[in-house]
Amino acid sequence: MDNKKNRKKGFFSRLVEGLDKARKGFTDRVDELIKYYREIDDDFFEELEEILITADVGVNTTMEIVDELREQVKEEKIGDAEKIRNLLKEKIIAILADEDDFEVKTPAVFLVVGVNGVGKTTTIGKLANLYKNQGKSVLMAAGDTFRAAAADQLKIWGERTGVQVISQMEGSDPAAVIFDAVQAARSRNVDVLLCDTAGRLHSKKNLMKELEKINRVLDREYPDAHKEVLLVLDATTGQNAVSQAKLFKETVGVTGIVLTKLDGTAKGGIIIAVKSELDVPIRFIGVGEQVDDLQAFVPEDFVDALFGDDK
Amino acid sequence: MAFEGLSSKLQSTFKKLTGKGKLSEKDVKNAMREVRLALLEADVNFKVVRELVKKISERAVGQEIMQSLTPGQQVIKIVNEELTALMGGTYSKINLAPTPPTVIMMVGLQGAGKTTTAGKLGGYFKKEGKSPLLVACDIYRPAAIRQLQVVGQQLSIPVFEMGKDDPVNIAKKAIAHAKDEDYDIVIIDTAGRLHINEELMDELKNIQNAVNPHEILLVVDAMTGQDAVNVAESFNEKLGIDGVVLTKLDGDTRGGAALSVKAVTGKPIKFAGMGEKLTDLEIFHPDRMASRILGMGDVLSLIEKAQANIDAEKAMELEKKLRSQQFTLDDFLEQLQQVKKMGPLSDIIGMIPGLNPSKLAGVDLDDRQIVRTEAIIQSMTKEERQNPNIINASRRKRIAKGSGTTIQDVNRLLKSFNEFRKMMKKMSGMEKSIRRGRFKFPF
Repeated sequence: MDNKKNRKKGFFSRLVEGLDKARKGFTDRVDELIKYYREIDDDFFEELEEILITADVGVNTTMEIVDELREQVKEEKIGDAEKIRNLLKEKIIAILADEDDFEVKTPAVFLVVGVNGVGKTTTIGKLANLYKNQGKSVLMAAGDTFRAAAADQLKIWGERTGVQVISQMEGSDPAAVIFDAVQAARSRNVDVLLCDTAGRLHSKKNLMKELEKINRVLDREYPDAHKEVLLVLDATTGQNAVSQAKLFKETVGVTGIVLTKLDGTAKGGIIIAVKSELDVPIRFIGVGEQVDDLQAFVPEDFVDALFGDDK
Repeated sequence: MAFEGLSSKLQSTFKKLTGKGKLSEKDVKNAMREVRLALLEADVNFKVVRELVKKISERAVGQEIMQSLTPGQQVIKIVNEELTALMGGTYSKINLAPTPPTVIMMVGLQGAGKTTTAGKLGGYFKKEGKSPLLVACDIYRPAAIRQLQVVGQQLSIPVFEMGKDDPVNIAKKAIAHAKDEDYDIVIIDTAGRLHINEELMDELKNIQNAVNPHEILLVVDAMTGQDAVNVAESFNEKLGIDGVVLTKLDGDTRGGAALSVKAVTGKPIKFAGMGEKLTDLEIFHPDRMASRILGMGDVLSLIEKAQANIDAEKAMELEKKLRSQQFTLDDFLEQLQQVKKMGPLSDIIGMIPGLNPSKLAGVDLDDRQIVRTEAIIQSMTKEERQNPNIINASRRKRIAKGSGTTIQDVNRLLKSFNEFRKMMKKMSGMEKSIRRGRFKFPF
């Protein structure tokens, strides 16, 4: 696959490359717009709205951002389109930014949740690689006992990264798998335990209950571990991501978000809406299929890349 | 979410617009703003929304307003018709080859649900009495072949695989195998890929050229956002898809992607994935999708009911009866039952054009009241229903006993029914009152 060529490159250039396609349409249009409009009128703001909406930011959040921008422009009498563009960037960065740094204290346990097909298992494989490269000991738990061959998929990631996988038979109780994994992590003194879960639509009550149970098992059996509940969101997803984040947060207290599939043309703007409505920090982004295509989320880089200002 | 406020926003838009003969440009513009927001919130692509809004506005301006609707509702009615027309009226079948095997190729982005859908589709054909073969051409994702095998096992459908061989070769061999073994449906599962990954898109093209599938199905996640248009366009341009399978529709997404995909490709959505089980694949019903995307089910059902219930003939009949004081408790009962069909009372009141729902906040709308009223009327004899004046004390006692209510309840109903009759007599015509939305329920 063509991604292989890029493997040697640094973090930033790969982030930029991953976001390149996403960025293109977006920035071209902003730049075009700024060139085109000398005067800052209603049409200008409407076009800004359109750009945000087509990036999946969502109508509500878009209106909020643009209305605020409009107000500020009026108050401070800004007449320069370029300045307004920077203001817009700042506003988005401010929404996405998070006060505290993401620090993993060991022993740590990660519960990775999300709807079907967002890339949970792949993200876990990448996380295993990340922490292993940091010199930590890692263990993975195949908590997706529902989807056919999900455990096999995780085991292949285990082979790739040299990390062991705790698994049981397909169809067994996922909470039992997690229980086993916690015992194993304890006895082996593992630094980071990564727990996979089956994809589930957030609107399915029984499946969310099952997840609640898994979460309870973690709290009960591994109270001394630093727990992170990561929600994996697909950048291709539209407004439903807000609903996903809301319900997963309610059920298992999501502590961070991983935004995957940012290497396509989808712009991932929905995280702006998710962050602004639910205030859950975005921790990682997935920008490709390779094992090291997982990056820490840096709002400035993300917005810069989105606006094409990274050099 | 934004969506919750939509109904009330629409109400306020409508309120300003009641009681005009034709849709003016301003009526349409106001209503279209809400429609635009609703569609965008549902993830319908921005450009698709813009085109739709333009088209609908043109059609709507100058239209006669149905007597029973407000101008705003009339616009929504047109929107719904247009959406339904765009989605396609009836469901489309899979193209079967005149000489088997029929070759079906599944394509789509990662995580859309191709492998699961391939299995479900196999199960669907198996139930139809066909003998399907699943082909594992996803050689990239870890354990994808294994996943298809497990799915095949669960459904007792054989799976053809050649490990990590060249997918084009696997597909070719699979077809030959199917011919030898008399399989009549071959379903090829391919690897998920980004539509902008040319190398992998070329691989799909090569598989297509090698096996000449009768049907290429694009599998699309119903939760996809604005990007659905790019995805559908790319796959369609490269491969010329024949249909779409919309997955994960059992969630709470409004599924605007369906509309976007249909609008840019013109290809029908043939199936919908509706759940976790391998039998959860349904034939796609375009008409139902339209109202889901629009997310105005309440308004739409009111419009439908208004059309069904208050059709001209019936209204005339009712009016005649009312005027000549022939409106009986039987008619009243019938009206009640119509109302009940429309849903909970508080919802119906909320739907009535011109009524401000916020003003009703304190009013206690008790659905059991309708049930009680019904019971009372049903406990009357035919004669009593035709001529309530004959209901004396002992009859009241019997009716109360029969309906499990009190004599006071019976009295209240008779009193309000008489008032209703009087009120109706005073009204010069029912039509106007309906149009203005000043419907009054006699309870």
